[in-house]
Amino acid sequence: MGEGKIIAGVLAPHPPHLVYAENPPQNEPRSEGGWDALRWGYERCRKSVLAQKPDVFLVHSPHWMTVVGHHVLGLPRFQGLSVDPIFPHLFRFRYDVRVDVDLSLLIHEEGRKAGLTMKVMRNPDFRIDYGAITSLYLMNPAFDVPMVSISCNNSPYYFSNEVGQEEMKRLGEATAEAIERSGKRAVLLASNSLSHRHFTTEPEIPEDMSHEHIYHHGQYLWDMQVLKLMREGRSRELIDILPEFMDMASAEVKAGALTWMISALGFPAYPAEVHGYGSVIGTGNAVVEWAHERMKNERAHEREEGRERTRGRWGGQADGAAEERTGGVR
Amino acid sequence: MNGQVAAAYVVPGLPHPLLAPEASPAWRKLRGAYARVAAEIEATDADLILYFSTQWLSVLGYLFQADPEPGWTLVDHNWHEFGAMKYKMRVDTEFASAYAREVKAMGHYAREVNYEGFPIDTGVVVAQALLNPSNRFPAAMVSCNMYAEKQETLSIGQAAVRALEKTGKRAIVVCVTGLSNRFEVEEIDPLDDKLSSLKDDEWNRKILEILGEGRLEDVSEVMREFSRQANADMGGRGIWWLNGLCGKHNDFSGRVFEYQPIWGTGAALAGLYPKRAIRPVPGWVNDEADLVERFVGAGVKAKASDSSAARPVAGEAVIENRRDEASRGEGPPSGVVRAEKAPEPVGPYPHARRVGDFLFLSGCGPRKPGTKIIPGVVIDAEGNVVAHDAEAQTRSVLENIKAILEEAGAAIEDVVDVQVFLTDMKRDFAIFNKVYGEYFTKSGPTRTTVEVGSLPTPIAVELKVTAYLGPRSRAGAR
Repeated sequence: MGEGKIIAGVLAPHPPHLVYAENPPQNEPRSEGGWDALRWGYERCRKSVLAQKPDVFLVHSPHWMTVVGHHVLGLPRFQGLSVDPIFPHLFRFRYDVRVDVDLSLLIHEEGRKAGLTMKVMRNPDFRIDYGAITSLYLMNPAFDVPMVSISCNNSPYYFSNEVGQEEMKRLGEATAEAIERSGKRAVLLASNSLSHRHFTTEPEIPEDMSHEHIYHHGQYLWDMQVLKLMREGRSRELIDILPEFMDMASAEVKAGALTWMISALGFPAYPAEVHGYGSVIGTGNAVVEWAHERMKNERAHEREEGRERTRGRWGGQADGAAEERTGGVR
Repeated sequence: MNGQVAAAYVVPGLPHPLLAPEASPAWRKLRGAYARVAAEIEATDADLILYFSTQWLSVLGYLFQADPEPGWTLVDHNWHEFGAMKYKMRVDTEFASAYAREVKAMGHYAREVNYEGFPIDTGVVVAQALLNPSNRFPAAMVSCNMYAEKQETLSIGQAAVRALEKTGKRAIVVCVTGLSNRFEVEEIDPLDDKLSSLKDDEWNRKILEILGEGRLEDVSEVMREFSRQANADMGGRGIWWLNGLCGKHNDFSGRVFEYQPIWGTGAALAGLYPKRAIRPVPGWVNDEADLVERFVGAGVKAKASDSSAARPVAGEAVIENRRDEASRGEGPPSGVVRAEKAPEPVGPYPHARRVGDFLFLSGCGPRKPGTKIIPGVVIDAEGNVVAHDAEAQTRSVLENIKAILEEAGAAIEDVVDVQVFLTDMKRDFAIFNKVYGEYFTKSGPTRTTVEVGSLPTPIAVELKVTAYLGPRSRAGAR
């Protein structure tokens, strides 16, 4: 096989509120909308990603928690009812997902080669976590593209943020290798919010947006800082400051999905596109796309044309720096 | 014995003893201990089993299972290879509603959940399967709020016992929690399962020794340190909840059934059997339990609609004292002064101690002797101190000091040094100084006055004095 590729990576947060607000038929609770900036952001991102005809979505969600290694789904189909244990009044979703088991097994294999503890989940009664379902729904409501779900290993909670980061970098590299071997066109979904301090109460009407705002200004500032790095293509710096971000803003990226994705993308030096930012019950969330294949193609095109690198494209930096950074496109 | 709690148990919530007991001698022993606890429960007259599991996490306040017959086939996210857990439970929805009401009355967010397929956590499913497999006892369960600190978790426990009393029910209380919570993060041979570190093992044994002596309050007190040292499961919230429910004391018989590792974590089953009836604590509020004294404000009690609770009067605060258990029945050592006419000490210390010709008084506040009243305190609806009268408090402190001195055979004229602690120097110093001047002259005792961030109870003034009882004049005092 071989020549598989990552066509995009998406920071795809999973507040169940966004699904609730959309009123899809699969979700039992009904709403009057809400959280529009994020939902519209997802809409733009969805159009961009689906237009590239992906073969598979890979999702890393913090709500499939494991302590012994990284697990992947090893059965071809899962159907069931996903009820959010924290917001059950908002999310009771009937799902039917197909799994790309071949790719799951390749990730399992590559992870083991990289020295990681890996497991394949083959219990047919297993219930897919609501985080994965939410991100998948918001990226592809039709669920007509197979998925691979990777569990969230809790190593940062048992060791340190830095240990967790290193582990996720290795998992990202292993994932990229597996995708390349698979021959598939893959989209990575890092199912994480940014700052993650919640309010512990909610208004009588959960979607009453007059109550919605970031938990505190410090969280907002941190969110803006990491989004700035994303938008400027400074992903190595981004990864470097994540441990501090995790501590300072209770950031959900502690769960590792963002690090996994950035690593799998090869620490991209091109700017990511922020499709939307907003708070959900106080937490900071952004829908951000790394248009990996498009950026790679643009680079190749620019080379053919022999054009001078546009300063605007690469953040106004010197051509040499741009050349070095584009090397980060896998 | 009557009371709302027949017995309380601490049990682990990992699925290994349920799904794979034969894989490991440790897990088999835990399974055996579960059977012994189940036999004890079976012999009780309890109306229900009330669970608090550290694996049911909530963000929005507290959730209460209100589906009368929840059922599902649960596969644990991490331990899926051990198989599925099919369950069908019987839930006491009347109690669930009552409990939710009490939690709301204490000012917290509460929600009853009655949804098909709601994911009951592994901890409760395991405990229920092993302790109450026939569903003879209806179950009740409350979530563990991931943001709640000690004081809030204690109050959620106390709300449970209030709900039990109001529904006239008697419960077996089960706290589903691990001890040290450091997993082996690699595959292990279950036959060789052991605690992930000697330090964790030592801490677990320390905790279990105290629990085995029935000292629940003491275990609760060390939970923060235990968490720092051994990564306690959910920071010890399960123990705090249990302690709040039982009324914060050590008056239990204890029994440790078993202690073993599960994948490197500490897992134990322990029983606590009340020596006195567990009933709601009158006047309980969301206090910081680490304080030796508990401040009882007006607001929360009013919200709780608890007619049995004492209602503080505006301008006064109430203090509940906690006696030092270890000091009961002991006579005072030589030189120790325990004054009858002074407010009772709020911790393990005497009113004063004489050494040679010097008499050292413990720090003294304004609480009125023989009562729990602090003069000059105004409390808002939330139980916060919004104003205080420094003059009234200073005068009361000095009167308390006079009483202690007199019972020690001294007088205020014998005071040679005074240390003054004020919580608001800018506001209170002048008025304090004025009242002080009514008791001492310029040629009286030396004095040092400092501002402090807070005092252990909602008081604004505390004095620490030293008196000299040797041959000298008493010219210093008025």
